[in-house]
Amino acid sequence: MKILVVAEQRQGKWNNTSFETLAAAQQIAKDTSSTVSGLVIGKGVSSLAEELAAKNMAEVLLVEHDLLEAYTPDGYCVALKQVVESAKPDLILFPHTYQVRDFAPKLAAQLGKGMIGDCIGYRNESGKLIFVRQMFQGKTNADVTFQSAAPWFASFQAGAFRSDLVAAHPSGKAPVHAVAVTLDARQVRTKPLDLFKEAKSAVDLTQAPLIVAIGRGIKAPENIPQAEAVAKALGGEIAASRPICDEGWLPMERQIGSSGQTVAPKLYLALGISGAIQHVVGMKGARTIVAVNKDQNAPIFEIADYGIVADIFEVMPALTEALEKAKNS
Amino acid sequence: MNIIVCIKQVPAKDAPLTIAGNWIKESDIGFEMNEPDSYALEEALRLKEKHGGEVIALSLGPERVKQTIKEALAKGADRAIHIADDNFAQLDPLGAATYLSAAIKKEKFDLVLTGLQSDDHGFGQTGVLLAGLIDLPHATIIMAIEAQEGKLRLKRELEAGWFQHIECPLPAVLSIQSGINKVRYATLKGIIAAKKKEIATVTPESLGVSPQPTQRVEKIYIPTKTKKTEFLTGTPKEAATKLVEKLKFEARVI
Repeated sequence: MKILVVAEQRQGKWNNTSFETLAAAQQIAKDTSSTVSGLVIGKGVSSLAEELAAKNMAEVLLVEHDLLEAYTPDGYCVALKQVVESAKPDLILFPHTYQVRDFAPKLAAQLGKGMIGDCIGYRNESGKLIFVRQMFQGKTNADVTFQSAAPWFASFQAGAFRSDLVAAHPSGKAPVHAVAVTLDARQVRTKPLDLFKEAKSAVDLTQAPLIVAIGRGIKAPENIPQAEAVAKALGGEIAASRPICDEGWLPMERQIGSSGQTVAPKLYLALGISGAIQHVVGMKGARTIVAVNKDQNAPIFEIADYGIVADIFEVMPALTEALEKAKNS
Repeated sequence: MNIIVCIKQVPAKDAPLTIAGNWIKESDIGFEMNEPDSYALEEALRLKEKHGGEVIALSLGPERVKQTIKEALAKGADRAIHIADDNFAQLDPLGAATYLSAAIKKEKFDLVLTGLQSDDHGFGQTGVLLAGLIDLPHATIIMAIEAQEGKLRLKRELEAGWFQHIECPLPAVLSIQSGINKVRYATLKGIIAAKKKEIATVTPESLGVSPQPTQRVEKIYIPTKTKKTEFLTGTPKEAATKLVEKLKFEARVI
């Protein structure tokens, strides 16, 4: 089997989850006696291709065109379809980034194929690859298989594989092959404009050693002071999962998760957070995770060191009191 | 501006899930509008209020999805299309998008909106696949829409706090990021008005499409734990006291 890893860069900088996907590809290759190739797409990105070639792979495909300088879903789909048709990989792997979500399913569909996105792992069952992904907001896992002939498309979630396990090329460097693609400006229908960040947030949660985070379980904005009291007793910062910030109950800068901040504090206390994967990717690096949730099957308990299965409205005042007491003793 | 909003009905957020093979037991649980789609519906209603036109709610699934369709009509959608399919839960993303695209192609529209992903399967592919199948420009994870002279100026969310403005011609398909707006509730007046609104029912057969599956969910299961959680029991007060002790003397984080 030929595996092709489509690495992601923006403005000449890697998206590091590309290397996690490369680690996945190398592992699948080992398991299935396959070869791995890499692909870099853009304009003026040959130095990135050279960098990728230092990893253990058969070759690096370099896809460059003036119209590929800035990412567009149309440009990427038109170009990559040609590459897939000429290079004929069996399995095409992507990091599951916002950019990949934006074009890869369409690329697969243009070839009449499906994509298994957002995988957290795989199994090789006597030659048949089974991809594992989450469903129901992380409450269940699912085994998913391809039903049609190759090429197959799949993406791996951030954190699913370890980028530090990527093997270097055994004899120095893999060859870099430029692949020419034809692309017409009329085929690119959307026009990317400025890239920007919103006004810098006042709180930097990434630097906070102790974080108390609330989720849907808080139910109403008037209940937030109870969680803030816990944070105050702990001497920590208050944070939240996305729905709380979507509702405007806490400012967006307090949001933890894939679209918010990624934190790795000493202590992360999750109150009424179910543990949807979009949240978990932003906090799973915490040293100690405590979860309080009335649903004992909440996925947050999968990653918690300590858990209390109870109503947060009963636990919050008790916890504030216990923390105050510990502080004064 | 005529807008089609794709809305999925999913198991209610707090529904207890009983696994049955590659899906769940549907009896005894409640269903609701997929939350990300409610943001897409709200955005469609706001665009209509600003620019005129009509909002069409499009939903695929068994008879039960009519309840969610009625909710969309009560909130302000003008009419609805129900693609009736009892095998809905077994469709792969491309199959579902093939049905939806066949129904969309029969309508006159300027914009198709979807939510970011569904809270059940969570593939997050529908909008992008529709754009591919209908051959339209698209953009995903949209945080703001500004219509100007037959074009859209969009704010797209990227990772790690970055955003990008995008210009997109019409017609187009957009996947809306949750939190783009504040979703309205249906009013009593809206609920009464909805009773008179049209729900057209079509079937995969009448649409004339029969997509072949490209992938299959073999089974679903509760994941095995990778970390051992120590559960603290007792009254809330006892559990809280135990937790503070553990944090102080065992984890040593406070």
